[in-house]
Amino acid sequence: MAARFVFGSGALVVCLLLAAAGPAAAQTPTAPANDDCLACHGDSTATRADGSSIAVAPEVFGKSTHSTIACVSCHADLAKTSEWPHPEKLQKVSCGTCHGQQGSNYDDSVHGRAVAKAGLAVAPRCSTCHGTHDIQRKGDPESSVHRGKIAGTCTKCHEGIEPLYAKSVHAQPLGPGNSAAAVCSDCHTAHRIQRGDTDTWRLSVIDECGTCHLARISSYRDNFHGQRTALGSARTATCSDCHDHHVILPASNTASTVSPQNLVNTCRQCHAQATEAFVKYDPHADKLDPSRSAAVYWTYRIMKVLLFGVFATFGVHTLLWFPRSYKARRELRAAAAAGGDTAS
Amino acid sequence: MTPAARHIVRFKPYQRGMHLVLFTSFLGLATTGLPLLFSHRAWAHTLASALGGIQAAGVAHRFFAALLLLLFAGHVAEVAWRLVGRKEHGLLWGPTSMVPQPRDAVQIWQHVKWFVGQADRPRFDRYTYWEKFDYWAVFWGMVIIGGSGLLLWFPQFFATLFLPGWVYNVALVLHGEEALLATGFIFTIHFFNSHFRPEKFPMDMVMFTGQVTEAELRRERPAEYERLVAEGKLDAHASPPAPAWLSRGGRVVGAAAVALGLVLLVFIIAGTFQ
Repeated sequence: MAARFVFGSGALVVCLLLAAAGPAAAQTPTAPANDDCLACHGDSTATRADGSSIAVAPEVFGKSTHSTIACVSCHADLAKTSEWPHPEKLQKVSCGTCHGQQGSNYDDSVHGRAVAKAGLAVAPRCSTCHGTHDIQRKGDPESSVHRGKIAGTCTKCHEGIEPLYAKSVHAQPLGPGNSAAAVCSDCHTAHRIQRGDTDTWRLSVIDECGTCHLARISSYRDNFHGQRTALGSARTATCSDCHDHHVILPASNTASTVSPQNLVNTCRQCHAQATEAFVKYDPHADKLDPSRSAAVYWTYRIMKVLLFGVFATFGVHTLLWFPRSYKARRELRAAAAAGGDTAS
Repeated sequence: MTPAARHIVRFKPYQRGMHLVLFTSFLGLATTGLPLLFSHRAWAHTLASALGGIQAAGVAHRFFAALLLLLFAGHVAEVAWRLVGRKEHGLLWGPTSMVPQPRDAVQIWQHVKWFVGQADRPRFDRYTYWEKFDYWAVFWGMVIIGGSGLLLWFPQFFATLFLPGWVYNVALVLHGEEALLATGFIFTIHFFNSHFRPEKFPMDMVMFTGQVTEAELRRERPAEYERLVAEGKLDAHASPPAPAWLSRGGRVVGAAAVALGLVLLVFIIAGTFQ
């Protein structure tokens, strides 16, 4: 049998032994145990023919969240292989076999479509973000998708976004131990990531922002922009149209798109003739909060009193009138039947 | 011709035409505007989609708004012309005026006493107190909704006149709340007062045919009847019965309008109390 792999000296012996057992196992191939795999791949110097490493450090894999899972659960085509050493070219690992929901979300995402539809070699697969044999749960601080590390993971590819995000109000509180501020996946979701310039995304980001900014989304939905976007109009400002994306800054920061200095220009993206007076409109006015907008609060209160007053007055009027009118109708009918006053 | 069968004209064709345009544009505005006011409700999404999207609904809303504003301007111009040009000062005071008068307050009290069997029915004239309320509610609503609607239609134009932006916040709340009041009132109180109360059920056709029988006028508006008789004007108002096409057409159009109003009322109630 021609050795197609170059191994470190120790592993070579074991592999040759396994290869010798091959023909016997050919009729009823038994899946190799993890120890069998590590017998070769556990050698830190193991490489492919081209010299690239195929080593799996046993101590790294042993600490991963998949350490109790069989190698052939992921490298499924090896479960039925009887040829050892196995061919160099294996099937892609299908994480969706176990992680079905995440898998189908990914397939629909800009990342998944780039791989499947556009054939983009550099587009991320599961392992690009999650790692391979070192894979950890997202709650583990060592995980590449942990809140503290995810920005670093995404910006490995999205390099240009890193300095922008670093300036934003979302990145600032992300000091050691603070995971309260938004990271990439909070807004973009983990697996259903969409292109940022589509209307679908512009509309769906509103609810993403709203998961944290509860009062803001409620007041947004109560005003013109938010009512229109709620009904699917993309020709209306969503969160990111005014507050920018990545470089999101508080209004008190002069560099912010919603600072008093920049507001006219921000509004002019849509309202070309916007003036200083025009931008005094509050897209987040709250009719229940007099401290934010007293005029709106009192308008709402007065209108509600008027509404209640009118319906209470005429409601009673109607309830009293109905039985009397019913009686009048019967009297009229009786009179008509008697040949007196006619009904029509 | 017996008095019972004789018909008396109450509304001229142009007045009935104005009511037709008024309720058509009103229903159009309500249908295209309510989804925005209840944008957090599932039915609003369905209705907006049925209208071809909120963008198309917005275009239709502005069309009906322009129609209604033209109608309103026409009415104001007519009243101004009759006051100034033809010196019809009876528009401002007296039995045929829309202006509330002490007699109306007395008749409210008397009417309520009649409801509970403590008095005779008031001797109403050309316009009853609830009809005057309808008229002024629409008039006030036109100013409030029409004014705030124009502000929201042309915000940049008005902002260049240095109108501060928070005025649009107030306009938005006013527009929505007044719309709720107007639609809610028309689809319940006006529908009952004019059409659904047992004496009129299912529909008072006077705003379509323009006429009532002499007997009906004498019974429901004795003050007007006697005034017309005393002034010798009753014969001038007499008319043959309305043609069949008008009665039938009015019934179809009126029933459709009332049905649409009731559907919207269900939406409003579901949206408010869900």
